[in-house]
Amino acid sequence: MPPVQLKPQTASSRANPSAEARIVRINGPVVEATGLSRAAMLEVVEVGRERLVGEVIRLTRDVATIQVYEDTGGLRPGAPAYPTGRPLSVLLGPGLLGNIYDGIQRPLRAIAETSGHFIRRGEKPSPLDLERRWRFTPSLQAGAAVAGGAVLGTVQETPSIAMAVMIPPGVEGELAELAPEGDYTVADIIGQVRRADGATTPVRLANYWPVRRPRPSQRRVRMDTPLVTGLRVVDVFFPIATGGTAAIPGGFGTGKTMTQHALAKWSAADIIVYIGCGERGNEMTEVLREFPELQDPRTGRSLMERTVLIANTSNMPVAAREVSIYTGITLAEFYRDMGYNVAVMADSTSRWAEALRELSGRLEEMPADEGFPAYLPTRLAEFYERAGSVETLNGRRGSVSVIGAVSPPGGDFSEPVTQHTSRFIRCFWALDRDLANARHYPAISWLSSYSEYVNDIEPWWRHQGADWQELRITLMRLLQDEVRLQRIARLVGPDALPDDQHLILFVAELIKNGFLQQSSFDPVDMYCGPEKQLQMMRLLVLFDRRARQVLARGGTLAEIREMPCLPTLVRMKSTIPNDRPQDFDALRTRLEQEFDAIERRLA
Amino acid sequence: MHDIGLEYCGLQRVDGPLVFLEGVRDVAFDDVVEVTAPDGTLRLGQVLDISETRAVVQMFSGTTGLSTAASRARFTGVSQRIAVGREMVGRILDGVGRPRDGLPDVLTDERRDVNGASINPYSREYPRDFIQTGITSIDLMNTLVRGQKLPIFSGNGMPHNQIAAQIARQAKLLAEDVRFSIVFAAMGVKYDVARFFIDSFERSGAINNVTMFLSLADDPSVERLVTPRSALTFAEYLAFEAGMHVLVILTDMTNYCEALREVATARNQIPSRKGYPGYLYSDLASLYERAGRIAGLPGSITQMPILTMPSDDISHPVPDLTGYITEGQIVLDREMFQKHIYPPVAGLPSLSRLMKDGIGKGRTRDDHPHIASQLFAAYSRVKEIRALAAVIGSEELSPLDKLYMQFGDHFEAHVVTQGEDENRSIEESLAAGWQALKILPRSELYRLSEEELKQYYD
Ligand SMILES: Nc1ncnc2c1ncn2[C@@H]1O[C@H](COP(=O)(O)OP(=O)(O)OP(=O)(O)O)[C@@H](O)[C@H]1O
Ligand SMILES: [Mg+2]
Repeated sequence: MPPVQLKPQTASSRANPSAEARIVRINGPVVEATGLSRAAMLEVVEVGRERLVGEVIRLTRDVATIQVYEDTGGLRPGAPAYPTGRPLSVLLGPGLLGNIYDGIQRPLRAIAETSGHFIRRGEKPSPLDLERRWRFTPSLQAGAAVAGGAVLGTVQETPSIAMAVMIPPGVEGELAELAPEGDYTVADIIGQVRRADGATTPVRLANYWPVRRPRPSQRRVRMDTPLVTGLRVVDVFFPIATGGTAAIPGGFGTGKTMTQHALAKWSAADIIVYIGCGERGNEMTEVLREFPELQDPRTGRSLMERTVLIANTSNMPVAAREVSIYTGITLAEFYRDMGYNVAVMADSTSRWAEALRELSGRLEEMPADEGFPAYLPTRLAEFYERAGSVETLNGRRGSVSVIGAVSPPGGDFSEPVTQHTSRFIRCFWALDRDLANARHYPAISWLSSYSEYVNDIEPWWRHQGADWQELRITLMRLLQDEVRLQRIARLVGPDALPDDQHLILFVAELIKNGFLQQSSFDPVDMYCGPEKQLQMMRLLVLFDRRARQVLARGGTLAEIREMPCLPTLVRMKSTIPNDRPQDFDALRTRLEQEFDAIERRLA
Repeated sequence: MHDIGLEYCGLQRVDGPLVFLEGVRDVAFDDVVEVTAPDGTLRLGQVLDISETRAVVQMFSGTTGLSTAASRARFTGVSQRIAVGREMVGRILDGVGRPRDGLPDVLTDERRDVNGASINPYSREYPRDFIQTGITSIDLMNTLVRGQKLPIFSGNGMPHNQIAAQIARQAKLLAEDVRFSIVFAAMGVKYDVARFFIDSFERSGAINNVTMFLSLADDPSVERLVTPRSALTFAEYLAFEAGMHVLVILTDMTNYCEALREVATARNQIPSRKGYPGYLYSDLASLYERAGRIAGLPGSITQMPILTMPSDDISHPVPDLTGYITEGQIVLDREMFQKHIYPPVAGLPSLSRLMKDGIGKGRTRDDHPHIASQLFAAYSRVKEIRALAAVIGSEELSPLDKLYMQFGDHFEAHVVTQGEDENRSIEESLAAGWQALKILPRSELYRLSEEELKQYYD
């Protein structure tokens, strides 16, 4: 596999406006051009005088069908087309973190500077600042034998993230030259690799990689660590493993974006790649405005220092939306290869699937379900396959976790995108319309969601000495019992239920309001660390046990309902911060004392 | 439209809203086409698909009366544009920006492409200025902020127009006394609807601040596709060039979507749901995303699209895809409407997503986010208990459930219900909310903090 090197964004030698290459048809984002018999599938072709970027998606003799990543209004038959000889690629190097890109990695901040508040067509600024100098510290010596992935040195990309400068995958040989410690731009050559055939390949701080080709790793490793998210319903009931995949399906307004924002803020990943794929502009603005102000609870640094944003909003060109998720996941793999744990949020994969459908429709392909192309499941599988925990080429351990939002039409989970997605993910966080309507957030249904990682990560919790599994099973059982009892109550009337069953209903309410519900706007509760999660669960389980004991000894539910510590118990999530575990001990003592007092009265 | 282009005599084919031409040269995608009908009338269209030999044109002004032999087509070489200028404020125009009020043409050389361009997400400013609409069910529980896109999901016969007009009349910021400039776009609605709004704006004296783009029920249906674009282009001019705060009312989006479906069907495109094209989402987004604020610029565009849900079905593609794009929705409820509750704003499915940053400390009042959340929680309990009572009878309910029933009735009668001319301050709305919550025992109000309960409940 040939390495992809830093090339100027303009056309290469083959790309001179060959007289024959010209446009013959424009149908929205799909353009046909002739004179491209030498063009390759998925090669980038620029069209029109503004050189709009496109990609070859079909070849018929010398007619190439090109999907164009910008608005094609004003383009006319006869206009020139320029093949570039390279596949659609992203530039990987220092300066990605903290940046915001469109679906084809055009830097939106730089575009705002040159074209103003509205995006102008044909803008092609470099994804990375070409002037900026980065301090490079070498860690190898010239003469070393190197292969793809080998780390030549580091660049401190942000105060919290050190970027490893790696030999691009596919390059192998002897490190003939290596630049000394110093300040370099992304385009400066910092090393030369002499290959077996004697030719040398230059290595820079930044290198291109084609977005549709997964970056290689040595092997996949077992996923046995949870990706702690700080969301109780996720970490306790439906945990995701580091390197795992999850889908968040839900109708409009049920909380997909809020959940992804919360995960992007608080999950224990080193790097976040947030892909706004066909969603709202304001949601990206919100991240841009909020993240720099927020502190990573683990490093104490600004969250923006570990975040890259890909924003191809709903009103931006639909073909670029199709690419945006590949752009995002390629960036994620790049950091994975340095040994980081990366989490990718894709909001929303349904809009990506719709982009696929729209392009497929323009190509007059035979549709399958609901107009989606027959290859939808294959594409989904390929995308989620790029997640995982791996041993990298350089022997480190890194991971990419992928969390994709799904927006089913009418909130109906039987539609194709939800259905196919659920085949390729292992965590399903189903958002429930009724919960959302009652403003019970996160509206993740504890009845229809699932996680297939529970058994894989259970040893991790046990290793921390935690009774996580027992606690979560106890709480879940109460919630399931509640559903059963509610059903009975609807038939026979609530009065017909005995007190011990009423107690179950009562405790279930307590779990829902005091534990599962977690507002992203509550300054204390928006992030709940694992220790606090355990403490809260223990108190709830204790409450349940002692309350049942009271009833067994002849007490009444009314007495329990009157317990003065109850208002504190339901509000512990927002009154006790993560760093004050001793407050839970105090609350536990209070709880025990109040139960003791009731039992004394009974005796 | 002043560029000179070649004129072609004869059309190859006319099919529904589409016209096919052959042998055309030097025509660009998206160009405007002027077709002269045999009777001499001029029709506007737009190029949808262009190859070296053939152009597919969608006619905004209908194809009635066109013939293949005796029609002529001229390609203007530019995409659809409208004239923009401050002088247009107060005028009544048609869907493509021509006067409809009998007054002369607008004199301005400023022209803008109606398709606009995407606002760079990096350049947006997050909207957070609370707008007091004077309607409690909105201000207290589904707050509107300046720069938001908040649609009204309604059904046939329900008072969405009254509510939109009331909001347009009463909307104001707490701190400043800036009036909204109103841009009103009508797509396929009857003249009565336009008249209703004109009357309402005349009564409130706002009429000089209103610009109307009307494409009514008896106008060609495809013109509806361009109407909201003309209106939004003008709104963008007012907001981001003239620095004004603009409220855009778009009605009825369902008619707009039907016109889109008509064109898609004529092109034999593969439908997704209910015959609507797969790109309905992207198309709607290209309208709705033209709302918001831009960092460093003084103006704003607040959008209030109105749509009628066919058979009151919120999962119908039009409300569904709208809900997926807009920043919340005000849903009107048939049952409440039948109980004569005005405004019949449904308690649970309504939502304002930008509310969180527009309310609370320093904006409205500290307790606002929590009381809103508590009201939603309590009202959703009411809905459950009402369903239970329908099965087992209300006598069988527990004493607590009975309190919830009482709360629900009070909430609908006193918090939601208000007059069409009643303009409540946010303090009055908050007080009404607390009044309702006092029906419930303190221990039920777990979404409010102890301090808030002490201050407002005890
Ligand atoms: N965890 C949460 N805490 C507090 N509020 C929430 C939470 N989740 C959702 N919400 C509320 O619900 C609203 C809608 O959530 P969100 O924007 O995430 O929905 P969505 O599923 O992404 O919708 P769409 O598909 O239309 O984009 C938010 O604006 C917020 O008011
Ligand atoms: Mg969302």
